[in-house]
Amino acid sequence: MNRRRAALAAFVLIVLALVPAFAGTYQTQLLTYGLTLAIAALGFNLLLGYTGLLSFGHSAYFGAGAYAVALMMRYWGIASMELFILGGIVFSAALAALFGVVCVRHTRIFFAILTLALSQVLWTLAYKFFWITGGTDGLRVPFSKLTLLGGLVDFPGADAFARFISFYYYYVLVVFCVCVALMWLIVHSPFGKTLQAIRDNETRARFLGVRIWRYRWLAFLVSGIFTGLAGILWVPLNGLTTPDILYWPQSGKIVFFAVLGGFRNFSGPIVGAVIFNYLEVYAIAATEYWQLMLGAILIILVTFLPAGIVGSAARLGERFKRKERASA
Amino acid sequence: MEIVALQVLNSLFYAAVLFLIAAGLSLIFGVMGIVNMAHGSFYALGAYITAWSVAAAAGAFAPAALFIFLPLGAIAVALIGLAIEPTLIRPFYRRPEEYQLLVTFGLLLVLDDVIRLVWGGTPLTASRLVDSFGLVQVGGLPYPVYNLLMIGVGIAAAAALWAFVYRTKFGVLLRATAQDRRMAAALGIDVGRIYVLAFGLGCFMAGLAGAIVVPSQAAVLGMGVEVLVIAFVVVVIGGLGSLEGALVGALIVSALRTITIQFWEEFELAALYLIAAIVLLIRPTGLFGRKA
Repeated sequence: MNRRRAALAAFVLIVLALVPAFAGTYQTQLLTYGLTLAIAALGFNLLLGYTGLLSFGHSAYFGAGAYAVALMMRYWGIASMELFILGGIVFSAALAALFGVVCVRHTRIFFAILTLALSQVLWTLAYKFFWITGGTDGLRVPFSKLTLLGGLVDFPGADAFARFISFYYYYVLVVFCVCVALMWLIVHSPFGKTLQAIRDNETRARFLGVRIWRYRWLAFLVSGIFTGLAGILWVPLNGLTTPDILYWPQSGKIVFFAVLGGFRNFSGPIVGAVIFNYLEVYAIAATEYWQLMLGAILIILVTFLPAGIVGSAARLGERFKRKERASA
Repeated sequence: MEIVALQVLNSLFYAAVLFLIAAGLSLIFGVMGIVNMAHGSFYALGAYITAWSVAAAAGAFAPAALFIFLPLGAIAVALIGLAIEPTLIRPFYRRPEEYQLLVTFGLLLVLDDVIRLVWGGTPLTASRLVDSFGLVQVGGLPYPVYNLLMIGVGIAAAAALWAFVYRTKFGVLLRATAQDRRMAAALGIDVGRIYVLAFGLGCFMAGLAGAIVVPSQAAVLGMGVEVLVIAFVVVVIGGLGSLEGALVGALIVSALRTITIQFWEEFELAALYLIAAIVLLIRPTGLFGRKA
């Protein structure tokens, strides 16, 4: 990591840490949503950006994390967020490991179709087995029943919402930073470099003796775990999990994060997820035909700005620098 | 025993609809190499346009004469497809597959909301068409004649498509382009024209499927994606890009669906995906697929 990039990361971190001091509860809550979604985008992009596999079924892992929390709370009476994270990760990892075995045998279009189909299976199960999952009513995960940091912090009473948000924001921020750091290490490790080699030229990677199938499966697993973690953190914030988060539009959203920010870029999906979250909240308030707008943006993005926001900004910055150098 | 006969007919009706959709999806993929995520939305458009025009013309026509609005709905969808291919899809043939999937996904989002914008959230029906054909006794139980007619339409469409692809000059050009686009272009075939016509034909079939379905069910929001996912299962089982595969896949999926709905309703969709996953594990290119 070069010095400029480190300075930028430190600056962003400081700004993020100061947000609750200046912004109200609502704005802090919005940003917390954005950060949880960014973790999902980070996981998703290990597959799309670094392995070259487009998953249209990441709602499965997001929903697996969320449902794991809700089911643990309902049937085992667990309240500790750390236990939720542990159990949720185990559940989404198991699911990703299983689905991964089926999906990574295929690439390109078949991979996209398979991931989509498997996530739809989960959706129908959550929808049809209503006596376990609550069906369309979903399962409630009220923040007032939650305890953080091994039971040290809790939020009894319904009026503790503002206190919950201001505390939970930092909780999510810490997990987010750990995730970003971990993912940075992963994509810059020999493992991450191998994934990129497979993405760029599968045949050559195979001739170098890389076990392609195993690498792809591991990437799928890690990706599923990150996305599951995002679902785990998301559910207390939302207070409710319904089959909607297992349904294909949720997968579409995760794809959108990466494309909006730029998936050939480490920070692109993170920026994309946070911006998308604001876009969604304010656009839904402004128009009933939000999906139409979203589709139009997606078409324009892939047609004219395939590098996404971050990628295009970086390119613009480079051109600017070159001009400066030329005129100097 | 009567119930079995009815379920077989239901399953055939559903297979006819699925075949039309999946064959269009397969045709577009086979010729252009693009998986059209918006294919289900063309089916939904066909259903909405047909239901809307049948309702608008109900006073002026004899009930049975409303039948002509079925092909009209399909033609309208084909025209929309003919307009979309050169403007939206064409710039993406040379780009990686991710972008092709993304642009058609964007199209799906747009078309679904356009349907909501134009026709609103209330379901549209065209059930007077089913009523006008009356009922027939099948093994002692009443069954709509309309459904029987539509099974016939499905068989006729399959035969016409087969004849078109394998017995006409255009079919030869189509298959040549599908096999090797650059070679076809070098031999003087107007590849751009083949692409736009193939896309239009695929959209026509999706629109026809929607038009056939709407009198017996209703046009509702979200019907496009629901059918898209099932059409994916069909083409995965049959083999993406193969018309025979679409036919066999549609028959398998509709039979399986009828059986699971009858006996084990919760697993209806899960069973379908399970079969698709098993087929992909054993025969990665599907039952009739060629090696990619």
